[in-house]
Amino acid sequence: MTENSGKTIAEKILSEHSSNKTISPGEFIEADIDLVMVHEQLGGRIHKEYEKLELDKVWDPDKIFFILDHWVPAPSIEAAKMHQDCRKFAKKYKFKHDIGMDKGICHQVLPELGFAKPGMLIVGSDSHTTTYGAFNCFSTGIGATDVSVVFATGKLWFMVPETQKFSLKGQLRENVMSKDLILQIIRDLSIGGAEYKSMEFHGDGIKSLSIDSRMTVSNMVVEAGAKSGIFIPDNELVEWLKGRSISNYKLTMPDDNAVYVEEFNYDLSQIVPVVAKPASPDNVVPVSELPEIKIDQAFLGSCTNGRLEDLRQAAQILKNKKIHPDVRLIVIPASKEIYLKAIREGLIEIFLNSGAIVGNPTCGPCFGGHLGVLGPNEICISTTNRNFIGRMGDITSQIYLASPTTTVASALKGKIVDPREV
Amino acid sequence: MKEIKGRVFLFGDNINTDDIIPHRYLTLRDNGEIAKHVLENLRPDFVQNVRKGDIIVAGKNFGSGSSREEAVNVLKVLGIEAVIAESFARIYFRNLINLGIPALKINDVKKKFSEGDILKISIKNEVIVNETKKIKIQMCKIPKFLVEILEVGGILNKIK
Ligand code: SF4
Repeated sequence: MTENSGKTIAEKILSEHSSNKTISPGEFIEADIDLVMVHEQLGGRIHKEYEKLELDKVWDPDKIFFILDHWVPAPSIEAAKMHQDCRKFAKKYKFKHDIGMDKGICHQVLPELGFAKPGMLIVGSDSHTTTYGAFNCFSTGIGATDVSVVFATGKLWFMVPETQKFSLKGQLRENVMSKDLILQIIRDLSIGGAEYKSMEFHGDGIKSLSIDSRMTVSNMVVEAGAKSGIFIPDNELVEWLKGRSISNYKLTMPDDNAVYVEEFNYDLSQIVPVVAKPASPDNVVPVSELPEIKIDQAFLGSCTNGRLEDLRQAAQILKNKKIHPDVRLIVIPASKEIYLKAIREGLIEIFLNSGAIVGNPTCGPCFGGHLGVLGPNEICISTTNRNFIGRMGDITSQIYLASPTTTVASALKGKIVDPREV
Repeated sequence: MKEIKGRVFLFGDNINTDDIIPHRYLTLRDNGEIAKHVLENLRPDFVQNVRKGDIIVAGKNFGSGSSREEAVNVLKVLGIEAVIAESFARIYFRNLINLGIPALKINDVKKKFSEGDILKISIKNEVIVNETKKIKIQMCKIPKFLVEILEVGGILNKIK
């Protein structure tokens, strides 16, 4: 990169948060953090690591977003103890934003409450912190020790990532969802294909993707190894922010002469329903190429696909129908806000009438925690983001990752099917 | 940094954090208790066989998945002193360095290392000696900034 070359969004946001204004990929910098998100990890490791520093305060109690979401409400004594330690820590260090355990999953609630604004540098104790890239933020996951460093100093070291450019055009077809797009991208890149890189999403095709749809894409970029997955800002985003009275932000566009390591083009109208077969998110095939696969469970929820748009599309398919008698369908809205809207719109009634079990907002089954853990040899189709061995339960259980429409269509048929065929 | 000497435990590509330590054990929170389950899905005998000083060698994209630092800390608890891989997932890489465990990127690991080989690693001289195979392997340069973190035994010691 030369002195005169422009910057990508990731490079811009990082340089604006660092004293080094001429950064280039591969360089190590120290950057000021705008916000750090923590969940149960606070009571898991972070509090123990932080206590080692013997500090009686945190750098800025106003810049910490603390929520309980993984094991909510506590399904075991161990989880309850973890929650106790979290709350104790949050009180002791006077966290201003203790969000509690009734609001939903971190990556949904944080933007809903207006904490993710364009141009921000956000880190979180969770790998899917990349989700806020949909809001034109540079956001990424970090471990417990990193969180302790941020708590103490407000700063963190970064290696400036190279950027991959994704140009989208066209529009998704009916019952094809942005989940199909991101699974297709992960397949094309493979699970290490974006290692250490920032993915940047451009093009006219973005316009047809709602903020909900974009969040699903940014959520899963980490499955290709990416450090962040940032959308260029547009009118849709500005309107969304206005709708929530969110102000004081900095829309960040890349420079025209920004340098990208790789460029990819996707025509959204060519995307078809796909699934990621066990046990890797890049093991992706079109649903139409699968042999007959009977399922025991279907899960609609998580920070990937538990949003209102997901519930609406799923309800459209389930309306006035019953799920297959051999299948358990579990539906978990990603936040209380979504849950309430879904109740008002009659979606929850449709789910319950179809034979689904509706749970309170939590991560729950996504990581094999509670509310739908898989038994030996069971097969689950799931709207979540990881299908690693044993992720949702027994190590012999199998997970197929899919969009909300594919997931519920499969619940109706008792086997994995293309949602355009039900 | 002192020299590291230990045996190789060899793994393939894309070992993820759910493989290293399944999420469901995280509520145990006692490091010793969590560490009893390290890599149990892939190799149920790993925990019994591993000894202080041993070295994990893996293929591409080691440590992909979750940000859970337990997946690094449990290796520390078991005495693993270095991890060599063809590439690392980024959060895992950070977590290794931050906890003071060298994360060394080496190409073609299968040609250079076998299960049980004895290695001697000198970070200072940027060289790995495979004593069993009698070969010397040059490492990629580790940025000075990261060596400083390793030298003090992890980033918390640096900011103390
Ligand atoms: S829903 Fe699943 S992927 Fe998302 S934060 Fe919770 S456990 Fe992680």
